Amino acid sequence: MTNDYILHLEGVGKTFQTKNGKSIKAVQQVDLDVRENDFVCIVGPSGCGKSTLLRMVSGLEPITFGQVVYHGQEITRPRKEIGMVFQEYSLLPWRTVIDNVALGPEFAGISKKERETRAMNYLRLVGMEAFARAHPHELSGGMRQRVAIVRALANDPDLLLMDEPFGALDAHTRILLQKELLRIWEQHRKTVLFVTHGVDEAIYLADRIVVMSARPGRIIETILVEMDRPRERSHPRYGHLAEQILAILEKEAAQNFSKNGNILEEPF
Amino acid sequence: MALKTILTRIGTYLLVPLLFLLLWGLAASHLNNEVILPGVGQVTALLLRPTENLISMGSLAVNVAVSLARVLAGYLLAVALAVPLGVIMGYYGTVFRFLNGFLALFRPIPPLAWVPLVLAWFGVASLATLFDVQRGTAYLYLNNLKFSMIFIIFIGAFYPVLTSAIHGVNGVRRTLLDSARVLGASEGDIFRKILLPASFPAIVNGMRIGLGVAWMCLVSAEMLPGSLSGVGYLITHAYTLARTDIVIVGMVSIGVVGALLDLFFRVIEERKFAWTRLTR
Ligand SMILES: Nc1ncnc2c1ncn2[C@@H]1O[C@H](COP(=O)(O)OP(=O)(O)O)[C@@H](O)[C@H]1O
Ligand SMILES: [Mg+2]
Repeated sequence: MTNDYILHLEGVGKTFQTKNGKSIKAVQQVDLDVRENDFVCIVGPSGCGKSTLLRMVSGLEPITFGQVVYHGQEITRPRKEIGMVFQEYSLLPWRTVIDNVALGPEFAGISKKERETRAMNYLRLVGMEAFARAHPHELSGGMRQRVAIVRALANDPDLLLMDEPFGALDAHTRILLQKELLRIWEQHRKTVLFVTHGVDEAIYLADRIVVMSARPGRIIETILVEMDRPRERSHPRYGHLAEQILAILEKEAAQNFSKNGNILEEPF
Repeated sequence: MALKTILTRIGTYLLVPLLFLLLWGLAASHLNNEVILPGVGQVTALLLRPTENLISMGSLAVNVAVSLARVLAGYLLAVALAVPLGVIMGYYGTVFRFLNGFLALFRPIPPLAWVPLVLAWFGVASLATLFDVQRGTAYLYLNNLKFSMIFIIFIGAFYPVLTSAIHGVNGVRRTLLDSARVLGASEGDIFRKILLPASFPAIVNGMRIGLGVAWMCLVSAEMLPGSLSGVGYLITHAYTLARTDIVIVGMVSIGVVGALLDLFFRVIEERKFAWTRLTR
């Protein structure tokens, strides 16, 4: 593996200006480097700015401080080399599954025949080819997220951003999709930046786990998982890592509590 | 379905209308004055012969057709303007703030209140004036479409369609737009492939309401000078001749055509937008 950084974040911060003139510091001073084919997980308490950080990397959210550099180029707007999967339901409900998956190639002006072939191949990758002509409302939550993932892949991105993509799924489906995601990642060698608030999920998936503080989100710790895949949840290191990360999060929450009274309260 | 349930169901639909007709018939024979209230049979007989010449104004069918053409002209103009404007106003907050205050000033004005101004502007000018047609059948058709009438109908239909388009676009979830953007959608793609289809159910709903309002503006539009045909004019003219039976025939045909137009949109909504009901 080369020492090539595909993604470089330097002093990245975000301050939201609300309508009534207040400003909300969502993300503060984030430095992060991601190498090609890395699987990096970001964990942190909810509301700490994880989605905001990911949206800045995707180019959807204007950056207030610092910069995000992708392959030497500063990110200012979305680009097709960077794909994203959202937690919320993001499929177009009036389109069939295959037309949803073919959306990226369609925007790129690829012919109908070719983009359908491509979409079908990706649907096959997650065992969803039988549902190509179904509409999203006919699918279960797990199937919808499978479609959302291959829709991002059908655009052939180098970097895949995932914002709690399995957050709304039941535990069994979530574990199933984690496995599938690893299989796809190993097969297609994408670089993945994956946001979750689940410590278990992060340890199961990541090469490297970045722990964020409560809002404004900063990186407080980076942990290398260093376990072979497929990982056994019963492995002693698994439990050890979970304890370590939970301790960091707990300490952070306690500090925040004494500072602000309540981490859920808006301190501004 | 068993025959009995079918009959019961038809009975439920027809019970109230039949009672109404019965009361009408009783009242008419009691009053025995066809200027105040003509009998059911008299009105039905006229309705059953829609191609018969009435009070030297042409047949009912022709007058309904003339009215429909006017409504459609004003209505299509309103839709063609309100849909793109509404989508743009719903999407770009700046455009909305820029225009909304202005448009809101005109919204409460009833279409009828425009009549004096509209007459001062357009007088009896019609599409025939616009295309400079002065004789022949084309003249007869085009001269029936006065600008003043089209304007009144346009005003009536414009706001419901505009409001629903703005509302529809505002309701499009941010995730849909964001996911399209990361997939490489251009601004044009966003409009054509996300905003329009996503707000289409709301727009069609507004188009249905707008058509209803446009149809209701008809009588006021057809009372304008220069009008010598149309159901609205038929009603007012029949009134001056004390032909209450024709007044009622006109009212019934306005009601029936309005209900049919509404049904048309309901069918579209039912067919095309199953996904809005089935998506949470
Ligand atoms: N568009 C916005 N305007 C104002 N505040 C925002 C906006 N988006 C997010 N925030 C605030 O920024 C903080 C971080 O949000 P988010 O990134 O969604 O957190 P997470 O994904 O970690 O749960 C929250 O307090 C949220 O209220
Ligand atoms: Mg989030």
